Amino acid sequence: MTEVTAEHYIILATTLFVIGVAGVLIRRNAIVVLMCVELMLNAVNLLMVAFSSHHKDSAGQIFVFFIMVVAAAEVAVGLAILVMVYRNTRSTDVSLLDQLKN
Amino acid sequence: MEKNLILIPLLPLIGFLINGIFGKKLPKNVVGALGTLVVFGSFILSLLAFLEVRESGQALSHTAFTWMQIAGLKFDIAFLADQLSTQMMLIITGIGSLIHLYSIGYMHKDEGFYKFFAYLNLFIFSMLLLVMGSNYLLLFFGWEGVGLCSYLLIGFWYQNLEYGKAARKAFVMNRIGDLGLMLGLFMLLQHAGSLEYKEVMASLSTLSTEKAACIGLLLFVGATGKSAQIPLYTWLPDAMAGPTPVSALIHAATMVTAGIYLIVRSSALYSMVPEVLEIIGYVGLATALFAGLIAIRQNDIKKVLAYSTVSQLGFMFVALGVGAYSTAMFHLTTHAFFKALMFLGSGSVIHAMGGEQDIRKMGGLAKKLKITHLTFLVGTLAIIGFPLTSGFFSKDEILAKVYEHSPIMWGLLLLASAITAFYMLRMFFLTFHGSFRGTHDQEHHLHESPISMTLPLMVLAVLSLAGGFLNVPEFISEGSEHLHTWLNSVVTYVSGRHHLDHSTEWMLMGVASALALIILVSTYVVYVSKKSTAAEDDQLTGIQKWMNNKFYIDELYQSVVQKPIEAISNLGYNIIDRGIIDGSVNFIGKSVEVAGNALRRIQNGNVEYYLLYMVLGIFFLLVFKFVL
Amino acid sequence: MSPTIFLTLAIIAVVSAMFVVFAKNPVHSVLSLIVTFFSIAGLYLLMNAQFLFVVQIIVYAGAIMVLFLFVLMLLNLSADTEPQKSNRFRVIASASAGLLSLVFSAGMVIDATMGDRNVTNIQEIGLVKHLGKVLFTDYLVPFEISSILFLAGMVGAVLLGKRTPKESKS
Repeated sequence: MTEVTAEHYIILATTLFVIGVAGVLIRRNAIVVLMCVELMLNAVNLLMVAFSSHHKDSAGQIFVFFIMVVAAAEVAVGLAILVMVYRNTRSTDVSLLDQLKN
Repeated sequence: MEKNLILIPLLPLIGFLINGIFGKKLPKNVVGALGTLVVFGSFILSLLAFLEVRESGQALSHTAFTWMQIAGLKFDIAFLADQLSTQMMLIITGIGSLIHLYSIGYMHKDEGFYKFFAYLNLFIFSMLLLVMGSNYLLLFFGWEGVGLCSYLLIGFWYQNLEYGKAARKAFVMNRIGDLGLMLGLFMLLQHAGSLEYKEVMASLSTLSTEKAACIGLLLFVGATGKSAQIPLYTWLPDAMAGPTPVSALIHAATMVTAGIYLIVRSSALYSMVPEVLEIIGYVGLATALFAGLIAIRQNDIKKVLAYSTVSQLGFMFVALGVGAYSTAMFHLTTHAFFKALMFLGSGSVIHAMGGEQDIRKMGGLAKKLKITHLTFLVGTLAIIGFPLTSGFFSKDEILAKVYEHSPIMWGLLLLASAITAFYMLRMFFLTFHGSFRGTHDQEHHLHESPISMTLPLMVLAVLSLAGGFLNVPEFISEGSEHLHTWLNSVVTYVSGRHHLDHSTEWMLMGVASALALIILVSTYVVYVSKKSTAAEDDQLTGIQKWMNNKFYIDELYQSVVQKPIEAISNLGYNIIDRGIIDGSVNFIGKSVEVAGNALRRIQNGNVEYYLLYMVLGIFFLLVFKFVL
Repeated sequence: MSPTIFLTLAIIAVVSAMFVVFAKNPVHSVLSLIVTFFSIAGLYLLMNAQFLFVVQIIVYAGAIMVLFLFVLMLLNLSADTEPQKSNRFRVIASASAGLLSLVFSAGMVIDATMGDRNVTNIQEIGLVKHLGKVLFTDYLVPFEISSILFLAGMVGAVLLGKRTPKESKS
């Protein structure tokens, strides 16, 4: 490997993304699930920056910035919800959250 | 006056709206007065229009607004009052207002009084549109409108299932005719690009004879439906289910003459194709004879009148068939007078008899119902062609014109008119003379009708007597063929017809009158002096039984037309509807149910499973995107 | 030089990401996630995206992860109390994740436009000065809207976190 190209970043980002997906599916602790979601978001961010550099277009990086904004808000609200859930169920197990079927 | 033409149909429409919407709340005399006055108002306006046309000799026309405009076609709400229209308008509104007046008395005990007047007004409105429209589209509009009103009024006492069926029969029979009319109008539209009478007539010169014949026949099919000619006549006798004023107004005087009007209106077209006229003549002749034969053995007073209407309409079609349009219009007018008179008279009789319509249960009514008897006598004399009555002149003119055309047709038509004379007199004598054959209650109940009912009778009786002087033949008095001259400018005759000399005409007239008189005397002898009465149904044999049962035409239609259609419908119902359509609908429902039951397990409410499905969904989406 | 750095950072990111998923203790997960974020920040720097490098460290590795830790401490989940999922579900989940990565790589292989795409050229676009200019001209409206989003998130978090009077009694 003489030079790093966008393809390498694609492979890396895909790997990270799939790890994140696997984490979301496998873990039952809601906090870890939320962390894995962050991981997926970061994988996408990485890809965006890579393509932004490749195309010499700053829009990609701006969007990464906005994704971070949304992610921060999401984490804040998501964690608040988790605290609520914990308060009611004494647990953060997502398997217990099966009220959707009613 | 031109601007006010629109008022003529508008007035009954207003009456219809007021009576139809508020009628239930209004007192009966207000409803009746309103319904009668709007029609009478139309009559006054029609009279003014008539006088103006008469003075100027020019047709009045008025375009109210453009109705629709589609792809180069333009249809206006436009009215035309020419010689033909004004004549029809006068008949419709004149007889119409008399019958409205009569209905006040006749219907005064009926629950649906306001409804009845609303329908009658709507009918007058539609009929006026039919004759006043300056294009075939408005004619068609009115044509359908009167069909609807006829349906509503025949089924006026809809609680009686038989009456409802009669209404439906009339409607369906009329639809068959309407189909012909519509096809004819489509062909006209295709050829002329417009349905305005003026433009259609102007474009006739470029119309090929075959096409003209085709259009003519199709329009005639429409006319057979509305004017009850063979083969579509069977609805008219059943239409007697309606209240008697309806029978008088719609099923004798006005609506059934729409077919005649249509053909006279299209006379320019028909004169191009004498072969079609020939067909019309033969159909009319057959109807006149056939309906007359049936009428001989009918015992229901209204049924006899109904068949005589069919028969008389046949006379008019014969006149049209020999190209004597103005003669047909003449007979139309006199027939409107005396047939309305007789229907109203029969209504008066039925009223007195407490709803009884069977003439075998009547008799001797002359003593109790003096005015009804006298006026009815006038009507009967007119229809049998008693000298100097209106029917005498009009029928005689038809016979003369037919003789010009073909002596054989003349002979058959003379036979038809003899039959007419026979059954009318039979009915008259059985009803009014001899001894009373009804129950004691009925005899006690017998009474003359109120003035609102007898006044129209008297007016119509005068008209029936004097109506003939509208058009006294030339050989009697020079220049007195008023109606003929009047209509000259609007009808186009077949060219190259010769005229009879006067002595032949005198002879024809003599033969017809003599025949009428002979039958008058002989029926008097049979039914009054010898007091024979109509035989009971089960005593009839052979041809009489056939006549009594209307030659089983209804049964024939039923087995030839109705049964096969029902069979096909049943087949379609069982195979296509139940099998294919219902089957597929049920199959879809069932499969959704089964699939839903299976997929229900997926919805376990657990977030992690939902996440898993989502990931799998994304996977398949990407597979479709990249791989497939 | 740069391929070596890239490889190093990439391996660190992947390994620590795996650790996030497989660590039994959630606190370990958080710590290894911080490592992942730092290595991703390094990759940003490699692409000369200086602004995002800084933001990544401050927002993600700083604020967000602190929030995670804070909540973990608050709920006292440091000990691994998490019950394990059934093996069957784990297999299915792993398999579907694997399928997803399969289809991603298949997509890469099939895409004919894949080639050498240069990303390491020293460019101006990732600098704070340049991005600031773009952000406050072309993307001013989204920027302002994002502040409203934050406000909403804040209000929502406060509202959810607040104990209702009824709850506090019990």
